[in-house]
Amino acid sequence: MSSLRGKAACIGLASAGIGEAPGFNSMELMVEASHKAMKDAGLGPKDIDAVFAATAVHAMPAMSLAEHLGIHPKFSDGNNIGGSSFMAHALTAAMAIEAGIIDTALIAYGSNQRSAGGFKSVSEPMPYEADYQPRMPLTAYALASSRYMHEFGATREDLAEVAVAARAWANLNPEAFAQGPLTHEDVLSARMISTPLSKLDCCLVTDGAAAIIITKADRAKDAPKTPVYLLGAGMEHQHRMISAMPDLTRTAAIGSGKRAFAMAGMTTSDIDVLQLYDAFTINTILFLEDLGYCAKGEGKDFIKNGRITPGGSLPVNTNGGGLSCIHPGMYGLFVTIEAIRQIRASAGDDEGPRADGGWVPETKISLAHGNGGVLSSQVTTIWGHPDSL
Amino acid sequence: MSTKNMSQGPEAQFHEYLQEGRFMIQRSKTDGRYVFYPRMVNPHTNEDDLEWVEASGEAIVYATTTTSRRPEQGGNYNVALVDLAEGPRMMARVVDVDPDDVAIGMKLKARIGDINGKPVVLFAPKEGA
Repeated sequence: MSSLRGKAACIGLASAGIGEAPGFNSMELMVEASHKAMKDAGLGPKDIDAVFAATAVHAMPAMSLAEHLGIHPKFSDGNNIGGSSFMAHALTAAMAIEAGIIDTALIAYGSNQRSAGGFKSVSEPMPYEADYQPRMPLTAYALASSRYMHEFGATREDLAEVAVAARAWANLNPEAFAQGPLTHEDVLSARMISTPLSKLDCCLVTDGAAAIIITKADRAKDAPKTPVYLLGAGMEHQHRMISAMPDLTRTAAIGSGKRAFAMAGMTTSDIDVLQLYDAFTINTILFLEDLGYCAKGEGKDFIKNGRITPGGSLPVNTNGGGLSCIHPGMYGLFVTIEAIRQIRASAGDDEGPRADGGWVPETKISLAHGNGGVLSSQVTTIWGHPDSL
Repeated sequence: MSTKNMSQGPEAQFHEYLQEGRFMIQRSKTDGRYVFYPRMVNPHTNEDDLEWVEASGEAIVYATTTTSRRPEQGGNYNVALVDLAEGPRMMARVVDVDPDDVAIGMKLKARIGDINGKPVVLFAPKEGA
């Protein structure tokens, strides 16, 4: 078992500008979330000695963020591997804490993409792909969906189950952007974007910022809120371009998940709630398979009969996910925050109102899985209540 | 192949071949295995052992999507991943067929065409297949 298990904990978190935040730029939203996260942890800028940040629109966001907040970090990291960057930041922060380099890290993200006119990215066009006019990242996930359906006999109805379950969770969460009833028929009849994916197979386009504070285990005990410990983390990526992905139905989450579970000393049955980066409906199915919840090709059946909906046996994407809660371009830090908040809510911290079942009772262990690029970078993290140490 | 013997990198070379109407891919001088996209270093052998060879143009559809686009902007179009007979996979467009009729496993033949005036490798359903 790795020495990193339980060596770092999240003691503060916040979001800002979720949904729509017209009039604010991405950095301002990130600063607001960071400020609120420090307050949540009972800390100020002088207590932060490391800054991690990644966005889709800034070249050097860690420096900008530190400057805004008056932090002079002795370590910073702008690692950008897409939407899973923030899970990678948590792993790096734990490594730096264990190495004695830092004590307390701020990890942050911000985006005003919805108010600014839609998805934007500093990402360069991919050579050998761009000439064919793919609409990235959408095209990549549509291609993966087509392959999955071909290999395993899955249908658009199977994919729709993921969207319907996500909306059911969103309907319990007043913070979720998309609310109201959603049926399989709604998903199937929505405007086709890139076959087999309709508009309702695709994530939201929202604004939003998020931040978490990670500190070393012995400091975490004194935090005002329940400290939530990083028990396991693992990562892997195999490709940058979808045309270079070895097998479109098998993601690097197979490797990242194994490493995270090994570090935590746990198996799938130890996890109370699962947060899986659902940029598109196919993601949830692939990650349930690749993280070991069911065999390859069985995910489409595994999610049937309400298994991942509220009241089902496996709570998945309990905030409503990227499909129905929030997706400001890079969603990973919101995945992480939901995983941690479920544990804090069970421990009695005030995480705000949700309808019955929206906070899953007796949550002690949660998994936050990040995906970046085009099913490219996969980073799995496992978080636990102090009792899990 | 090493930079000291090359007048340009693999990407520029690939596009120059396309301008000449040729679909060229790389092959390892060490083990004969093919590589696409064009690289400086062979990821299979970790050697700079790649030479250019003419692709056969034979391929099958590995994954496919119809991208929605307004009729006035040109209408729907296909984006596919195709497996070349030589082994490597590439992104491509399947043409001469309704995008919705492009099926995984469909046999294809390459030709040089253009998209927005730029030469590219296109694929059409193989005759008689």
